[in-house]
Formats: sequence, structure tokens, C-alpha cells
Amino acid sequence: MSDLISSTLVPLIYLLSAVLFILGLKRLGRVRTARSGNTIASTAMLLAVLGTLLDMGQVDYRFIIAGVILGGLVGGIAAVKVEMTSMPEMVALFNGFGGAASALVALAVVWQELVETGSVDSAASVIGGSQAVTVGLSILIGALTLSGSLIAFLKLQGKLKRGQPIMLPGRHVINALLGIGAVVLVGQFAYQTGGGAEQPALMLTLVSLALGVLLVIPIGGADMPVVVSLLNSYSGMAASATGFVLGNNLLIISGALVGASGLILTQIMCVAMNRSLLNVLVGGFGEDGGGGGGDEEYSNVTSCGAEEAAMLLETAESVVVVPGYGLAVAQAQHAVREMADLLIARGCKVTYAIHPVAGRMPGHMNVLLAEADVPYEQLLEMDVINPEFKSTDVSIVLGANDVVNPAALSDKSSPIYGMPILNVHDSRSVFVVKRSLSPGYAGIKNTLFEHDNTTMIFGDAKKVLQDVINELKSL
Amino acid sequence: MTMGPLLIGIYVLVLASFVGFEVITKVPPTLHTPLMSGANAISGITIVGALHTAKTADPTISNILGCAAIAFATINVVGGFMVTDRMLKMFGKKKK
Repeated sequence: MSDLISSTLVPLIYLLSAVLFILGLKRLGRVRTARSGNTIASTAMLLAVLGTLLDMGQVDYRFIIAGVILGGLVGGIAAVKVEMTSMPEMVALFNGFGGAASALVALAVVWQELVETGSVDSAASVIGGSQAVTVGLSILIGALTLSGSLIAFLKLQGKLKRGQPIMLPGRHVINALLGIGAVVLVGQFAYQTGGGAEQPALMLTLVSLALGVLLVIPIGGADMPVVVSLLNSYSGMAASATGFVLGNNLLIISGALVGASGLILTQIMCVAMNRSLLNVLVGGFGEDGGGGGGDEEYSNVTSCGAEEAAMLLETAESVVVVPGYGLAVAQAQHAVREMADLLIARGCKVTYAIHPVAGRMPGHMNVLLAEADVPYEQLLEMDVINPEFKSTDVSIVLGANDVVNPAALSDKSSPIYGMPILNVHDSRSVFVVKRSLSPGYAGIKNTLFEHDNTTMIFGDAKKVLQDVINELKSL
Repeated sequence: MTMGPLLIGIYVLVLASFVGFEVITKVPPTLHTPLMSGANAISGITIVGALHTAKTADPTISNILGCAAIAFATINVVGGFMVTDRMLKMFGKKKK
């Protein structure tokens, strides 16, 4: 009976679970069905766990229960408490945890099968050659995902040099050496005889952690959407590698699905910045050209206060709001909604132009505005809104910078040349709400600020919006 | 032709990747963040492997590593699905 459970029933449960994961992901791709898709995927996960417990039979549950309670509490509390503005940090951290779990499973297998049995044979002869190599891969990808995600998390929090790139001298050489070292260690772990398999495994863990750190520190804040997507993909690949270790197809399938979804998002982000993935990973954005951190002088910049802005907005028939990372920092999503409501009540058409890489993760702005109850039909993608700017009375740029820089269209020497931007400069008037003239994450001058139809409003986005709202109410 | 487990695994990996690409392309930007956090929760499937590594009561290193793996994977699963649902609830509520 128990044979039948392990050989037939559990694999069928796993198959059902895999099918539900696929259906869940498919539904996650449409707004109408997304929520049910998430429920289906979580049901699939529950099935997978129940199937596994069935497969294991009666065991001692103490360590399992301890792990589940600890993880459940931390995960549950984090999910309820996290602010929508902190979603990129949360996703980055969770990516890292996924990697950590895979690496830990692989290490646990090392101890369980090799160290604690006191085996003197090579790992390849004890657990099989391909398993031994994939244990190495699990550790490599998992640990790299963990440390890379932790660095991304710190960068997103602005703790690590305020998110600016950190360029080590000779970093390409160091990375190459670490990469070669990792491959050698995987081989050593798999084929070394005479016991002591934990030594190459632990060395590999350290090398992989270092590699993750070094790969992410040179990447600047504006490239974070790419990095977060890529680490998302890695966390899936790590799960797949663990699937090979355990000979478990469900892990291979689910990991592959996550790996694919992360790669698709990575690709979308790269296209939106007109950069290749290699270019992002090698780093050095804004290193050459761009005038040494954007200290270039601005001329012909005009600025005004909230009152003047409100007067122009009052008469506008169409207004486009262009949100960026600054909106998230200032937590101004509710204020912008309030202003939009006032304008809509006066018969003005208000839409939001969303650049694919606005913010710090894919879809960051959409989540923020959804939190403030902005109907998603008002959020327009770049291709849809760009032709509309010519007939737009007022564009308001809120904490966005590089994604509205016309230098990307005209200045061949600009590091962002060729990146698709939102053509706000086509609209009749542009207000740019910004704390100062300091450059964006790309570290380059924004020629939009010098245009004749552009007016700067200096200040915190939320404060400025509230002033504009008060002015609008009193008009 | 008989295939070993490694080759079967590679078949499964390649085909599942293609399914993933086919199913997920053309996701609207509104759903990028929820898709990512939902996918992240799915990567917590490692919990299935983790459960197998912590099934005795002895405080051995393998059990402690396994217990830590279960904790991290559970954070991903529970936190990931809950936060995704929280986001998607916001998208759904003002459709009238």
C-alpha cells in the first residue's frame, strides 16, 4: 500500500500540482483573472506539500514544524505589514530567501548523504554523478541569488552608497577568477575521494556568495528593475537545480516556470532601456560621458510655485501625470490621486503615463497608484501615450527623470541615447516637480529642464501636490 | 532508446521552460509586480525538497540546515502568495 502511494499516488499529485501552477501563472497574466490565478497557484503549493508529507510517511515532525511556524510567521507578518512603496525591497529579499532555501537543501543533502555517513567515496559515486554536479549548481545559484538579492535590497533601501554603483578596480578579473573557482570547486566536490566533501561545498558557498555581491554592487539604482527580475529568474533556476538533486520533476517544472517568467520580465526591462542584458550586468552605466556625475550647468531654467501651477491646471483640458521613483520616495500616490480627482471634477481629462522602467521594479508605479485607488484604465503604457502628448495641455513629471530626458532621442553622445522615453516635451506645458536640479540615477543632465515649455517646481512631491490641491480648492 | 533520469530531467526542464515562455508572454505592465511576487512564491517549491532533509529528531547538521531551508521556503510561500493577493485585491476593487 505504501509502495503504491509513493510510486503512483504522489507522482500523480505532483502532476496535478504542476498543471495547477501552469494554469495559475497563465491567469496571473490577465487583470481579470489574476487574483484567481494566485489562489490556484497557492492551492498547487498546498497540494505539493501534502503530497510530500504523504510520500514521507510517519516521520518525526519537530524540525519540520519549527521551520514552518518560523517561516510562516515571518512571511505572513511581512506580507501584511509591508508598505506598497517598499514592494521592490520585499520582492528582492524574498528572491534571496528562495535562493537561500535551495542552497540550504543542497547543503543538507551533502551532510545527510556524505558527511554524517562518514563516506570516503566520492560524492559522484554515492549520490550519482549528475546529482553531485547539480548539488554544486544548487549551492552556486542559490548562494549567488541570496547575496545578490541582499545587496539589491540594501541598494533599494538606499543604504549602500545611496544606491549608486560601486566600481571595484579589476572587478571583471575578480569575477572571472571567482567563476572559474566555482566551477573547479563543483568538480572537486563531485569527484574528490577520501571524505571531507563538506570542505569544497562550504568553499563553494563562500565563493558563490562573494560572486553574488560583486555582480550586483556595480549596478546602479536605475537598473534595479533588471536586476530584481533577473534574481527572480535565478531563484527559479535554483529550485530547478534542487529538483535535479532530488530527482523531483515538480521542482524542475516549477523552477523552470519561475525562471522563464523572470527572464521575460528581464527582457522587457532591457528593451525598455535599449540596453542588452550583458551591458547591464557588466555595469559601468554613466561611467563614460555624462559629465562626471551630472554637475553640468543648467541655463534657461524657469521655476514657479504651487499657485501658478494650479492656475494653469485649472484651465487645462487634458493633463498627463508622469510618475517616477520620486513619487514612491515621497509617498505621494494618495496626493496625486486627490489632485486628479479635483481636476476630473472640473471636466479635465487626467491620465498617467507609465514608463516600463519607472521606479525600481517592473510594475512599481502601477502597484503604487493602485494602492491609491487610481483606476488602472487611466494608466497608459508608453506606446499608447506618446502620440497623445502633442494634444496634451499640461504634463506633470513627478519624481521621474531619465525616462523623460529628450537627450535620449537627440544626443548621440548621451549614455542613454536610444532609450525609449515618454515624450512629455511635446505637450504644451510641462511641470517638473523635483527637489533640486540634481541628476537622476543615470547621472546625466536632463535637457528637458531647459525647454521653453518646461517649468520646474522645486520641493518634495507630496508637499507640492498638497499645495497645488489647496490652491485648486480655493480657486 | 532508454533515457536515464538525468536526461528525463533535462527534457522536463526544457519543455517546462517553453511552457513558461508561452504562458507568460504579453503580460500587461500593471501585473509585472504581482507576477513577480507570485512567481517568487512558486519558487518556494523548494520546500518539497526541504521537508525531506529534516525528518528525524536528532539535532544533526543536516537537520538544522533542513529546518532553516524549510523556514526560508515557507517565508517565500506564505509571504509571497499573501502579498500577491494583497496587491491583486487593490487592482480588482474599483472596476465598477
